[in-house]
Amino acid sequence: MVWVNDIIQGILVGGLYALFACGLSLMFGVMKVINLAHGDLAIIGGYIAVGVIAVTHIPVLWSFVIVVPLMAVLGYVLQRSVIQAALDRSILTTLLVTFGLSVVIENALLEFVNANSHSLGVNDAIITSSFSIGSQISIAYLLLLIFVVAVVVLTGLQYFLSRSRYGRMIRAVADDREAAQLSGIDYRHVFGIAAAIAFATVALAGIAYGMYSQFSPTTGTDTILLFAFAAVVIGGLGSLWGTLLGGVVLGVSQAIGAQISGSDEFLAGYIVFLAVLVLRPQGLIARKATS
Amino acid sequence: MTAVAETTARSAEKYRVTRSRRNVAWTGLGALVVVVVLALFPYIVGAGTETILVQAFIILTLASMWNLLAGYAGLVSVGQQAFVGLGAYFVLILNIHNLSMFTALPIAAIGCGVAALPMWWLVSRLRSGYFAIATWVLATTILLIIEKFPSIGGGTGMSLPHTPSLGSAVLEAYTYWIGLAVTVLALLTVYLLLRSRLGLVLTAVRDDEVAARSSGARVGLARMLVFVVAGAGCGAAGALLAVSQLIVQPSAVFSVQFTAEMAFAVIIGGLGTIEGPILGTIVYMVLQQTLQSYNAWYLIILGLVAMVIAIFARRGLWGLIDDHLHVRLFPVGYWLWAPGSGGRRGSGGLRGFGRRRGGRHS
Repeated sequence: MVWVNDIIQGILVGGLYALFACGLSLMFGVMKVINLAHGDLAIIGGYIAVGVIAVTHIPVLWSFVIVVPLMAVLGYVLQRSVIQAALDRSILTTLLVTFGLSVVIENALLEFVNANSHSLGVNDAIITSSFSIGSQISIAYLLLLIFVVAVVVLTGLQYFLSRSRYGRMIRAVADDREAAQLSGIDYRHVFGIAAAIAFATVALAGIAYGMYSQFSPTTGTDTILLFAFAAVVIGGLGSLWGTLLGGVVLGVSQAIGAQISGSDEFLAGYIVFLAVLVLRPQGLIARKATS
Repeated sequence: MTAVAETTARSAEKYRVTRSRRNVAWTGLGALVVVVVLALFPYIVGAGTETILVQAFIILTLASMWNLLAGYAGLVSVGQQAFVGLGAYFVLILNIHNLSMFTALPIAAIGCGVAALPMWWLVSRLRSGYFAIATWVLATTILLIIEKFPSIGGGTGMSLPHTPSLGSAVLEAYTYWIGLAVTVLALLTVYLLLRSRLGLVLTAVRDDEVAARSSGARVGLARMLVFVVAGAGCGAAGALLAVSQLIVQPSAVFSVQFTAEMAFAVIIGGLGTIEGPILGTIVYMVLQQTLQSYNAWYLIILGLVAMVIAIFARRGLWGLIDDHLHVRLFPVGYWLWAPGSGGRRGSGGLRGFGRRRGGRHS
């Protein structure tokens, strides 16, 4: 029964990892940009939430109402300025620039905030408690909530991309930028919209991580970026549901690794990642990009 | 290469092909003088300066390797700290088994080159940005595995157990000379590699990968070779780090900060030029030394400068110098002289042969 509990915990944490990953996946799918600053931006979302809560005293759970739009605007602005300028040069330049951005953000946070860990403490008793199934399985409401949010975000994104007007534009630009331009679509604006959506999910991921665990300026790269990336590769590049599956596989392997030995939690996740890379480089769900 | 040679043979009386537009004998002589002067430094300057210069040697070695990867092979690796760490740990392990740390250094470099092969097998499945993060994950995985062995210090690391019983001044000087040797060897390797057939393949790939592939260039093999050489070079730098600090700490030697430093030095100095990393290392060291009392500020400033340069001056500071003065200290391309130009300044070159300006094929 201990194993069943581990696997359930792993699946739920997988939802958080999928939330990390879907912004990375979306930006790659639409703009072919791998945003190496992805994790640091999630951490910025977390720090903004800390600031917003300190100033306005709104409940932690509602902080996303302010943080998500802020990050979406930041995403649009960053895409239209820095990332687009790099994209106009070459894909290599986008890697150099986003890597530079990642290092700058991380060190600026160390300089202006400090190296201490922060977390978003949830005061709501319902959220911090957990319920039990049988004697061995205990499920925290918070993790369940994060998992549900991840599924809702992924479903919403899928629906948005396949049904809405902007979704169609995004898919059109991702498939064939020139043809989309000929049909009167301003691809730069569409890129900006896609980045805004990606940053909105990044903000949610940052807040969710802050409620689930503690974060410091280095968490963005050594945890969030690498986990998001592992989830994307395990699941299959460019597939949103694959991303969820990848997150779940990563979460479950970490939970099992932690059960074997406390220090093996992350190692187990990375070894599963490397195994997928060797045995099935196209990912568990390989199909045409949905985004 | 053969095509160029044939062209030369057919019209030997008309066209000339040289490595550089100007005679570079003085550059070689200048480089020799610089190396000799640097070699005499331990007799002139104090231990403090030596330590700073060893740090510069480490950064320069790393930067020229990263330049080979990103500037020529188009491989943006964010996981080169894997080799820095492995190089340092090879020295530690060999030293535990009673081998002198100086003898261990070249073995560590070769060991890292060998270790690069299976790593290439793993990460070469992914391209571009995914390749970048995959190298990072791999570096983190190696760190996590090494931390599981308490006999080599586990998660906290350990000092080199068998350090030579020399006076501290002599030890400093030895470390300095070995650092200088590693750097000169690294630069020489990069230079000779780029002058060779492999260099021609890499330059062709850098300019147009599809065209290079369709001309029969074995792009995958060339990239693998570069990854192995860069692994050995970064391993040598890591070994030098262990030798100079006499202690190996896992989170320090596997820090992604090394990759940030080497990447920024290359981008600022000039991506895809041999001179770039040298210039970039100088800029890096000056900034780092001036701002060292302000914690992480030098990395913030370096990062911002690197971002601006990556967008607005793709070939970095050296690219700007080259564009205005047409200087190459380490010529690796060819310069085609039109008949009758006779080597006069400014009149050489066949229009349209080079990529950017007539005559240049670098």
